[in-house]
Amino acid sequence: MRIAFLLAGLVLAGTAAPALAQHSEEPLPHFPFTFNGLFGTYDRAQLQRGYQVYSEVCANCHGMKEIYYRNLQEIGLNAEEVKAVAASNQVPGGLDDEGKPFERAGLPSDHLKAPYANEKAARAANGGALPPDQSVIVKAREGGSDYVRALLNGYRDAPAGVKVGDGLYYNIWFPGKQLAMPAPLRDGQVDYADKTTASLEQMSTDVTAFLTWAAEPELERRKQMGLKWVSIFAVLTGLTYAVKKKVWKDVH
Amino acid sequence: MAGLHKSEFTNPVANWIDTRLPILTLMSKEYGSFPTPKNFNYFWNFGALAMVSLAVMVLTGVFLAMNYTASTDAAFGSVERIMREVNYGWLLRYVHANGASMFFIVVYIHIFRALYYGSYKAPRELLFMLGVVILLLMMATAFMGYVLPWGQMSYWGATVITNLFSAIPLVGEGIVTWLWGGFSVDNPTLNRFFSLHYLMPFMITGVVFLHIVALHITGSNNPLGIDVKSPQDTLPFHPYYTAKDSVGICVYLVIFAALVFFAPNFLNHADNYIPANPMVTPAHIVPEWYFLPYYAILRSVPNKLGGVILMFSSIAVLFVLPWLDTSPVRSTRFRPYYKKLIWVFVASFFLLGYAGQMPAEGIWVVIGRVATAYYFLHFLVILPVLGVLERPLPLPESISRPVVPRSMPMGGGGGPLPQGAMAKTMEKP
Repeated sequence: MRIAFLLAGLVLAGTAAPALAQHSEEPLPHFPFTFNGLFGTYDRAQLQRGYQVYSEVCANCHGMKEIYYRNLQEIGLNAEEVKAVAASNQVPGGLDDEGKPFERAGLPSDHLKAPYANEKAARAANGGALPPDQSVIVKAREGGSDYVRALLNGYRDAPAGVKVGDGLYYNIWFPGKQLAMPAPLRDGQVDYADKTTASLEQMSTDVTAFLTWAAEPELERRKQMGLKWVSIFAVLTGLTYAVKKKVWKDVH
Repeated sequence: MAGLHKSEFTNPVANWIDTRLPILTLMSKEYGSFPTPKNFNYFWNFGALAMVSLAVMVLTGVFLAMNYTASTDAAFGSVERIMREVNYGWLLRYVHANGASMFFIVVYIHIFRALYYGSYKAPRELLFMLGVVILLLMMATAFMGYVLPWGQMSYWGATVITNLFSAIPLVGEGIVTWLWGGFSVDNPTLNRFFSLHYLMPFMITGVVFLHIVALHITGSNNPLGIDVKSPQDTLPFHPYYTAKDSVGICVYLVIFAALVFFAPNFLNHADNYIPANPMVTPAHIVPEWYFLPYYAILRSVPNKLGGVILMFSSIAVLFVLPWLDTSPVRSTRFRPYYKKLIWVFVASFFLLGYAGQMPAEGIWVVIGRVATAYYFLHFLVILPVLGVLERPLPLPESISRPVVPRSMPMGGGGGPLPQGAMAKTMEKP
C-alpha cells in the first residue's frame, strides 16, 4: 500500500511535466538516441561528428561557456588532438604588461571560444536577438534532445495566411512558431571527417547528441551507478524483509 | 538533586560515559525497549523515512554549500561547476534536488497517516501541531533552496512569492522591500536566501526533536486508534520496529535511487536551466510540484489579499484540526462515513495539485475553485458536523484482542465504547 502511495505521489508530481510541454499541437517526434534508456551510452563517433557540426556551424553564433577544450577528451579525442583543437583558436589572454588585452593560442584548460566578446556584440550581430549559450540547452528545453533535434529539422515555409515577422523564421516546433534563428543546417553543410553523408537529418541528430553530452557529461556514469545502486537497494529490501519476517514470526 | 547516574551498562567505557551523561540509557530506553503498539502497518514507517530524508538533505547540502557561490553573477555557473568539475558533484546535487521531492512525498504521506488514523486527536494535539510547524519550515526551506541555482524559475518564483506579501494593507510594500533587501529580487535577496536556507534545516532538526519528545510522552497512535491497555499490546521498538522501518527505508532508497540516477530532472522545470533574466518572464511561472495545491488555492481567489489569506489558511487550519474534528473515535476504520469522505478530500487535494500547474484559465479556474471550496469544507464543516452525526462502529477491546466483544451490537451500532477508547477531548465539556 505504501508503494502505491509513493507511486501516486510521483505520478501527481509527474503530471506537471507533460502539461507544460504542450508547445505544439502534435507530440514531438521521438528519436531513439543511443543514450536513451537505462543502459544508454554515447556513441563517441557521433559525438565527434556533432562537435564538428557545432564548431563549424553553431559556434559562429552560440557559445558553450561551461565546456573546456580538455572536456573533448571525453568524446574520444586524445590529448594531442585536444591540444591541437585548442591551439587552432585564438582566445582572450587577459591583459599584457602594459594593461592592454591580447589574444593567444588556446590551451586545453580554456573554455570553448565564445563567438562574441559580450552580450551587446552578440545582439548587434543578430538583429537584436541573443543566441543562447548551448552548454545546457538540452536540459533547458521541454522535450530535451527530441526537441532540439526536431527544431533543427522543423524549418518550413510559412503556411498561407501566416505573416512571419521581420527577421524571424517559421519553425513548426518553436513555441509560437517564429524564431530569430535562420535554419542553421542544410544538406551537405559540413564535410564529415569520417565520410558520413552530411544530410540535414544526420547533422541535426549528431549535433543534438553532442549537445546532450555537453549538458549531461555524467550521463553514462550516472546510469551505470544507477543500475548498481538500484540493484543493491532492491537486494537489501529483500534481505531486510526476510529479517523482519524472522523477527516478527512469533508476534500475533 | 545532582548525582551520578546508576548505569546498567557493563562495558566499562560505556558505563563510565553513561554514569556521567546517561545518554546511552536514554537511547536504549527511547529506541531500544520503548513500548510501541504491536499493530503498526507500513504507514508508520514514514516518520523514520522523514528522518532519513532530513539527514540526506543536511549531509548533501553541507557539501554543496562548500562549492556554491551565492552571487547573482556566479550562482548559476557555480552550480554548473558542481555538476561538471566537483567530484561526484552531479550526484550530490541530484540527490539534494530530488531529496527535497522525496522529503515532501514522505511528509505528505506521514500527514495523511495522521489524518486517516486520527493521530492528531487528544492527547497528541501538540505533537501534531509541531508537525505542522515542521511542514511550514520545510516549505520555507524548499522555496529558498529552489532560488539558489538562480535559473529563470528560481528568479521568477522568488519574485512571485515574495510579492505575495505586498497584498498586506499599508505595510505590504515595505515588507517586500525589507524581504528583498532592495527594490527588486537581486543579490541581497539571493544572499539572505542562502543564509536562511542553511539555517532553517537546523531549526527543523530542533522542532523534529520536540516532535519526537512529545511522541515519546504520549506514545504512538496505531491503526485501531485505541489506547494501549497492557504490555501485551506493545512490542519493544528494537528489534521489531527497527526491522520494520529498515524494510521501508530500503524501498524508499530504491525509488530515490531510480529517480536520481535515471530521471534526475523529471520533477524539475526545464526553465530553471536558463540563467535568471529579469527582462524575460517565462511563459508559465509554476512552483515546484509540492507547492502546486497551495498555488491553486492562491489563484482561485480573484483578489490578491484574499488569495494570500486563503493560501496561508489552508495550512493554518491544520493547527486547529484537533478541535475541528468532533468525533470521539480516532481511527477512520471505525467511522463509516468519514472513511469515504477522507478520500474525497484526498481527491480534492490532488485536483488542486493538477489545477495548480495548468494555466489559470477556462475550466481550470472553475475546477481550482471547487476543489479549494471542498478543501475548506472538509475541515470547517464536514469534520465538526460529521463527528456529531456519525455513529462510529464498535471499537475492539484492546490492541491484543482486536475483535469486537460479542455483547456489542455489530454493524454500525453505536454501543457503549470501552474505557479509554474515546479521545480525551470528549471527556470534558
